This record gives sequence, C-alpha cells and structure tokens, in this order.
Amino acid sequence: MSRKRLLGGALLAAVIAFALLGPLHGADPLRQNLSDTLLPPGGAYPLGTDHLGRDLLARLAAGARLSFGFALLAALAAAVPGILLGLVAALRGGVLERLLLGLADAVQALPGLLLVVLFTAFAPGEFLPLYLGLALSLWVEFFRIARNGAAAVMARPQVQAARLLGFGAGHILRRHLWPEVAPLAATLFAFAAGTAVTTIAALAFIGVGARPPVPEWGSMMTELLPYYAEAPLALLLPAILIFTTVLGLHLLAGRERA
Amino acid sequence: MGELMRALGGRAVQALLVALLVGASCFLMVRLLPGDMAYRVAASRYGYDLVDSAAAEAVRQELGLDRPWLLQLGAWFADLARLDLGVSLASGEAVLDLLSVQLGHTLLLSVVALAFSLLLGPPLGVLTGLRPGGWLDGGALALAAALRAVPAFVIGIALMLVLAVEWDWLPVAGVGGWREVILPALTLALGLAAASSRVTRDAVAAVVASPYFAFARMKGLSDASAFRRHGLRNASIPVIAYLGLQLVTLIEGVVVVESLFAWPGIGHALVHAVLGRDIPMVQGTALLMGLLFVGLNAATDLACWALDPRRQGARA
Repeated sequence: MSRKRLLGGALLAAVIAFALLGPLHGADPLRQNLSDTLLPPGGAYPLGTDHLGRDLLARLAAGARLSFGFALLAALAAAVPGILLGLVAALRGGVLERLLLGLADAVQALPGLLLVVLFTAFAPGEFLPLYLGLALSLWVEFFRIARNGAAAVMARPQVQAARLLGFGAGHILRRHLWPEVAPLAATLFAFAAGTAVTTIAALAFIGVGARPPVPEWGSMMTELLPYYAEAPLALLLPAILIFTTVLGLHLLAGRERA
Repeated sequence: MGELMRALGGRAVQALLVALLVGASCFLMVRLLPGDMAYRVAASRYGYDLVDSAAAEAVRQELGLDRPWLLQLGAWFADLARLDLGVSLASGEAVLDLLSVQLGHTLLLSVVALAFSLLLGPPLGVLTGLRPGGWLDGGALALAAALRAVPAFVIGIALMLVLAVEWDWLPVAGVGGWREVILPALTLALGLAAASSRVTRDAVAAVVASPYFAFARMKGLSDASAFRRHGLRNASIPVIAYLGLQLVTLIEGVVVVESLFAWPGIGHALVHAVLGRDIPMVQGTALLMGLLFVGLNAATDLACWALDPRRQGARA
C-alpha cells in the first residue's frame, strides 16, 4: 500500500463516514424552513441552510449517499458484464470474440457523456437512463483489459500445461486468468466510480440528471449559484465533496490511467 | 500510405456507427413517447385546441405512421442518408439551418480551447520533463492530479465567479466579441492541459534519457539545441496521439461548458433539445457532435502520420 493509496483511502473513508453519520443529526433533507434561509453554520444547523431554509448537513450527506450508491452500482453494472465477456472472449475466441470487439468499437464511437445524454432524452430526470448509459459506455474498458490480459496469459506455457493436464476452463479461470486481470480491474473500477460521480453531478448541474428537490451535489450547486455572494460556503461545500470523492478514488486507483 | 488509409477507413466506419447508433436511438425515442404520435404532430402543427381525429388521421396518412415499424425505420434512415434531419419541434426551423449556425460557435470554442490547452500543457510538460523529480515536477503532478478530480462545471463556476463577477475582467456568459469566448475556452483548456502536461512530461523525460539524446549532447550540442533538433519531434508523437484520446474529454466538456456559459453551440442545443423532447434536434445535435468527434480523431491520425516518418515508411 503506497502513501498515495493510503491518502486516497483516507479521503474516501472521510466522505463515507460523513454520508453515514450525517443522518444522526436528525434533520430532514427536504424540509423547508423559510424563516431560516441562507444561514451560516452554527446553532441548529451545523453547516448552515440553503435558500429554502433546508439543512445543508442533511442535504450534503444525502447527496453523498446518492452519489456513492450510484457510482457503486454503475461501476458494478459496467465491470461485471465487461470482465465476464472479456474472459469469455479470450477463452473461446473465434466469431464470438470478433463480434464482441466490434460491439466495443461501436459503443466507443460516441463519447461516453454524449451517450448518457442521449439516453436521458428517453426519460429526463429519471435515474435508469443514467445507469444504462454509463454502464453501456464504461463496460468497454473492463472488457478490453480483461480480454487483453487473459489473452496474454492464455499463450503462456503454464496455461498450456494446465490444459494438457486436463484442467477445465473453471480452473484456468480461477488460478491463471483472474489473478492477472483482478488488479487491473480494481484500478479501472476506481476510475469508473470517479467518472460516475462526476457524470451524475455534471448532468444534474445542467439539468438533465437528478432534479430538485432530490439532494444531489450537482443540482445543489445549480440551486445555490445565484446566492454565491450571500452564502459562498453553501456553494463551496458540494464542490469540495465532489473533489474529495473523485480525488480519493483516483488516488486509490494507485496508478495513472492507461 | 497503407496504414494511413486503414486508419481513415476505420474512422469512416466509426462515422457510420455514430449515425446508426444516434438514428436508431432517436427512432426508438419517438416510438416510446407516451400518447399517439399522429395526435402529437397534429397538435404541434395546428395548435393544441384545434386537433381532432380527422386532423390526426390526415397526419397519420401523410407521414405513413400506419405502416409496419420496420418500414418506418427504413424511411427514417433513408431521410438520414439524404441529410434530411427534419424540423425542430420547438422553433419550427429546419434542423440543418440551426445546426449550421451552432456548429460555427462550437468549432470556435473547441479551437480556442485546444489552442489554450496547447499553450498551457505541453510547455509545462517540457519544463518538468527536462528535470524529472524536481520540485517543479512534483508541484505540477499535484496540480494536474487535483485538476483532474474537479469536474469541468466546477472549474467553470470558479473562473466565472472570480474572473467575471468579482474582478469584472471578462463577460460572465453569452456570445459576442472575442472576450466572451475566453472563459468557456479556458475552462475546457485547464482540464485538457492537466492531462497533456503529464503526457508531455513523460515523453520528454523518455527522450532526455535516451541514448540518441546523450549522443547529441556528447557531440557538443547545447541542451537547448539538442532538444530542439532531436527531442521535440520525437516527444511530440505520443503527445499528439494522446490528444486523440483527450478529444473525448473535449467533446464531453463542450456539452457541459456550453450549457454553463450559455454559449449557443451544439452542446447547449443538445441539452435544450433533451429537456424539450425536441427529438429531431436531439438527433441532429447528437449526430453532429459524434461526427465532430470522429472528424477530429481523423485529424489526429493525419497529424501522427505526418510527424512520424516510421509510419510513412511502413507502406513498403
């Protein structure tokens, strides 16, 4: 564990702790109190209130749970099929492999965010198109590293020996392919989760993702932007949380993106 | 030449895939919209108060909405192939006319952003790559890592609030003279420069550590002229190749940054069309952005080929 990874893990742990401990404060993230708008931190509101008098601590923590849940699910939805298909392509080869490689090229013909925005046009404001669009654009990288890593291992003498000894595909997968692919997949998973966090915030910010009153970091910034002069901290806090989360994920990934 | 042709052929296939993907999605979108399509079109033509089933039936006949869906999909793609992108449901203008105006704005923004990023990133990369491991290198690494963790819209808000609102140096948003383009372009450029400075740094460090560079120094060339004559071109190839990958970031950034700065380009129009469910415009803008991405990629293929004599020799 390098120092960079430790720092990344610590940053993430801090945001996760914030997400989980936030509800202990007991405020409702949607409850408005129009006599307490744009208050600075202190008193009943540890982080202050927004323009509708909603508790910022509760909203930011709810936003953290939303972002983390979304990032985890979207990255899983991309990683599981991507890695499985990559391993299958390397093991089986032939027409199936060429078909999958063609599909991967087809998906990457469009930039990922464009694909997600296109999907949101089916149902603006809903989460399902966001998941589908992100998973569809992110699985390709998992597929490629799994397939390329596995194909390199398959050519090695120890795998050929294992096959000659009569070990099945399951054994080769477990003992030879997975140890090679797993570290790369873990790195990619962290980057994919970072992309998911950025994407959900950016789309909510421009209005095609999560919609008010859903407590989401990006849409909170849209709502608070007009009040930057009265409550600069309220605008800054979601940005700091996005930055901490994504930086933590990138550092945890441990190496530069290929 | 063969390799170049193959690369450009691949780009042509990619352009075709973009058209198929966008066209099929938009066709599906029209089908999945709630309600009867014929009524909706009739309502947008004659006004919501004046629609009756006779008008809807006329529209159904005229547009062939009663035909099997496979035939309709064929007709949809035939329109696409003739570049007949239809009429915007929101403004009633031809999609192509709207796009031709918006494309100019997006191209201006992209070119200025790329120019800014090339002024910022690679020079910093050269400085740090010549002294890898120094304090400047460490600082630049930390800065690049931090910048890559900040989404473009947060960088944009920060620049907007500081440079435009607080200091009043530049206009906040909109379009007009040369001053309006600076903020959105700088927003895009910072993200791009964060990546390109690191790639340049690695490429330059590799060149400086190479035997041919050591030889150039030994035969008496100064550091500067050895780098200019033997280093620059070699180091620039991976940088340009990586620029191709970075175009994804540029196109994605354009969608977000145009919306933030009310820059009337294709990305801004795409977001508006999605929100207004203006499907002809969704199709037109997504198609054009996808093709812009493919076109810029083809341009980087050409640049790599022109810079690298080894590739040109590969035809033999």
